Amino acid sequence: MMIALTRIIHEYRRETIETEARLGFSQVRPTQAYRQPVEEAEREKPSRARGSDDVAGIHESSWLGRTIAVLGVVGLFLFPGSIWTLAADGPVAAPPISSIEQAITQITSEDESIREAAIRLLIEQGDAGLVPQLEGIRANASRSIRQAIKPLMDLLKNRAKLASPDSDVRRSAAADLGSSGNPSVIPWLDVAKVNEPNKWVRYTMEESAALIKLASDDPSIKAAAAEKLGELYSQNAVPALQQLVVAGAGAEATESQKAVAKAAGTAIHSIETWGDWANAIETIFRGISLSSILLIMSLGLAIVFGLMGVINMAHGELMMVGAYATFVTQQCFTAWFSADVFGWYFPVALPVAFLAAAGSGFLLEATVIRFLYGRPLETMLATWGVSLVLMQAARVYFGDLTAVVAPGPLRGGAQVLVGVYLPYNRIFIIALSIVCVLGIYFALFKSNLGLRVRAVTQNRNMSACLGIPTRKVDSYTFAFGSGLAGIAGWALTMVGNVDPGLGQNYIVDAFMVVVTGGVGKLAGTIVASLGIGGLNKLIEPSFGAVYGKVFILVMVILFLQWRPSGLFAMKGRDAD
Amino acid sequence: METKKPHEASPPETAPAAENETGPSRRELLVKGGKVAAGIGVAALLGNLGNWALSYAADKEPIKIGILHSLSGTMAISEVSLRDTVMMAVEEINAKGGVMGRMIKPVVVDPASNWDLFAEKAKQLLLQDKVAVVFGCWTSVSRKSVLPVFEKNNGLLFYPVQYEGEECSRNVFYTGAAPNQQAVPAVDYLMSKEGGGFTKFYLLGTDYVYPRTTNKILRAMLLAKKVPADKIMEEYTPFHHQDYQTICGKLKKFAAGGGAAVISTINGDSNVPFYKEFANQGLRAEDAPIMAFSVAEDELRGMDTSALVGHLAAWNYYQSVDTPQNKQFVANFKAYCKKNNLPDGDKRVTDDPIEAAYFGVYIWKQAVEKAASTDVDKVRKAVYGSKFLAPGGEIMMDAANHHTYRPVLIGEILADGQFKVVSRSPGLVKPEPWSEFTNPDKGCDWVGHQGTYQK
Repeated sequence: MMIALTRIIHEYRRETIETEARLGFSQVRPTQAYRQPVEEAEREKPSRARGSDDVAGIHESSWLGRTIAVLGVVGLFLFPGSIWTLAADGPVAAPPISSIEQAITQITSEDESIREAAIRLLIEQGDAGLVPQLEGIRANASRSIRQAIKPLMDLLKNRAKLASPDSDVRRSAAADLGSSGNPSVIPWLDVAKVNEPNKWVRYTMEESAALIKLASDDPSIKAAAAEKLGELYSQNAVPALQQLVVAGAGAEATESQKAVAKAAGTAIHSIETWGDWANAIETIFRGISLSSILLIMSLGLAIVFGLMGVINMAHGELMMVGAYATFVTQQCFTAWFSADVFGWYFPVALPVAFLAAAGSGFLLEATVIRFLYGRPLETMLATWGVSLVLMQAARVYFGDLTAVVAPGPLRGGAQVLVGVYLPYNRIFIIALSIVCVLGIYFALFKSNLGLRVRAVTQNRNMSACLGIPTRKVDSYTFAFGSGLAGIAGWALTMVGNVDPGLGQNYIVDAFMVVVTGGVGKLAGTIVASLGIGGLNKLIEPSFGAVYGKVFILVMVILFLQWRPSGLFAMKGRDAD
Repeated sequence: METKKPHEASPPETAPAAENETGPSRRELLVKGGKVAAGIGVAALLGNLGNWALSYAADKEPIKIGILHSLSGTMAISEVSLRDTVMMAVEEINAKGGVMGRMIKPVVVDPASNWDLFAEKAKQLLLQDKVAVVFGCWTSVSRKSVLPVFEKNNGLLFYPVQYEGEECSRNVFYTGAAPNQQAVPAVDYLMSKEGGGFTKFYLLGTDYVYPRTTNKILRAMLLAKKVPADKIMEEYTPFHHQDYQTICGKLKKFAAGGGAAVISTINGDSNVPFYKEFANQGLRAEDAPIMAFSVAEDELRGMDTSALVGHLAAWNYYQSVDTPQNKQFVANFKAYCKKNNLPDGDKRVTDDPIEAAYFGVYIWKQAVEKAASTDVDKVRKAVYGSKFLAPGGEIMMDAANHHTYRPVLIGEILADGQFKVVSRSPGLVKPEPWSEFTNPDKGCDWVGHQGTYQK
């Protein structure tokens, strides 16, 4: 992570220096274009349509402007925010009014060639300021004209979005421009790319430009674009590249087609090799992520079931209590605090969820389970009844308006490599599960209470003789295990939704993990959740979710036949 | 009612006739006889009046109807809204004087999302409570489980949810969409230029009868429209599936290069994790829009919609439909929920199944009034071809196949959990329970044929 981060920072620094040098080009270029008289624009059109060779030309011609502008731009960089305002303002510079207006009147022409010429002109010279006007025309126009105007409007809107302060919006706009397939957007992308601080937005801009060039008529541009896409490991290019390969393989393929096909073939090879790697990395991540979710659910159960031997069927509902506590905290924040501190509800909800679930667990132990120690069947039935009561109570009291909104930092994902996304909420849960394991380790093995818990677990009567209040230890342990379920519920609001059935979805998996790991062994729970989670994600891509689950269950059954007491079995006298 | 008239008329006729024919010689006798006859006539008249009064009283007895929606268990979240809707429609009808001057008395039972209990409760409604009609069910499996009960006891069920088709029961009226009124037009829209001209389709659903059958129809349709088989992916997840990482990874690969759309028949609580994962893995509605058949306003209000904005759904009604009667309907529904202290009060929303449940009650009321009886066979005939100005616009019951003509609307999800209608069918779409793609030779007709027939 750190290495990637420093690399990104480094990239960014290098790029800003380059940017300063190139910004002049962006500043000068649009203004030049808009000052051009109509005739010149018309003359330029065919060459513009060809795409990238034209771009190369622009680069050369703007050398002078670039050097001149550098001085000004350095000053501008003192105010980083103003870069985007500048870029946004750029296209707004008023073009010759007559031509735009003429084009707008011509756009509703019945003659298709006039209409197309007008649209072309507007794409080249227009800006997002025209969108309301076009919208008005579109509302009254016939279907064919509406359909002709739609792409034009999309292009202009996306062009304006390239200058948005939000990197996601910029990236979306770049991707949309790429899929428009219109060669006139290549210079826009090239211009925007130069100023782009975000590595992945820049990547998308390059990819989009190359994708459009790939559809060019010029074989050399095509081959260059294919090569570029291969370097970019662009999955999006694969279908188009495959078509080029097929075209080159035909009997009547020309020499140039064959050359392009060769370049495309190499590109596909490199993209797919990379794709396999990316897939492998993502699969490992998914396995770890699922394992962490399984682990966080099972930890509380490992304590309650593993250490105390209580089969608590209401454990899932304690998770639900944690999730609803999170929801309630969120509602309190919406009702009582201002919107800017809203994101803080989530950390605040952690102790709330823990205490709410621990409190419920404490009550449950004191009122039901206490009287049923040593009678596992009765415990199971009684707690199952409690779970049904809790579920219906949640349904009646909360209804179904219980969406928990993820706080900003946990939304979306980090792109670490091409094609590899790591969602923030999952990274968060992985980290949380590690923290929980460490916390439990310290609580059980380094604290006074932990010592007593272990003593009572190993030999209840002897502990009682030595003056340990076993009843109290029982009830604290149960409350602690329940509180862990609350934390699981809190974390799970980030991946799923809060509903009364939340606990039911997870409880079976949690029991499976604890039993497979070996009852009463924390290490067993950790290894079992890693094994089950990892195996599940390994199988799922080829067998599908349904059979993946079936397969896992069969594996667990077979495993328990072979080792009935799980991975880490208790040995010796403990085993009773 | 009809039987009364001859009785009322006969006594005045017989009495004067007897007196006119009386000769003077036998006067006394005949006067006596005449008196007896008149007495009998009066007695008959009185008796008749009593009878009429009794039958009048019987008419005023409320008509019992059954409501068979789960109020507890997993389906409660969806089905409670339908119970509320039917209750509201009943209240409206009763406030306006009821059906044929008789009040409606709803009998509410709770099948608790348990399929066996559905059949049991349906039996109880039909045999013990002797209800005239039942409004109920949501899932296909619950409908399948009550079907034999309704068919054996000649009951009448109004089923308000969109479903997979391939059913044609004489005892059920389907007010939700058949596949050709939801799934098929939705995919048509995605393939059209207006809808984005998508060429690759990922059919993703929960593993049960509705998604499997719908996807079977869609696959047949896509193949018929020359979409190559390798551009169609089909995948199912178990109920309550929460981990969509792998599927979103596959989807990302499938969607690369553009032109891909996801057709989602994912049900219930799996939707939130799916949409969240989809957004978190960097996929956008522009790259691959998700067209959902089971996500409506009522489901959306319980979700964090930020990950769903821009995705699509296909229904026959949205709360945002702009008609005067819909505005009134939405306001009434919110007011009803608030007045009765139902959970969430006036924050409640309407959606397609709610509208279908609502107009189902009115269709039945119209039919009862037309047939002047609550007898199932008479009501059934009266339902055929009947029309009603539903909140979303006028709808029509098919003349023979027990389904409903409805408009098809494609909507885009907005941040507030409402839908913006992006496409609307030109008129009402004729319902076809047997899809032309999977069962081209079958039809459903209870007038010209006996239910399902071979064309």
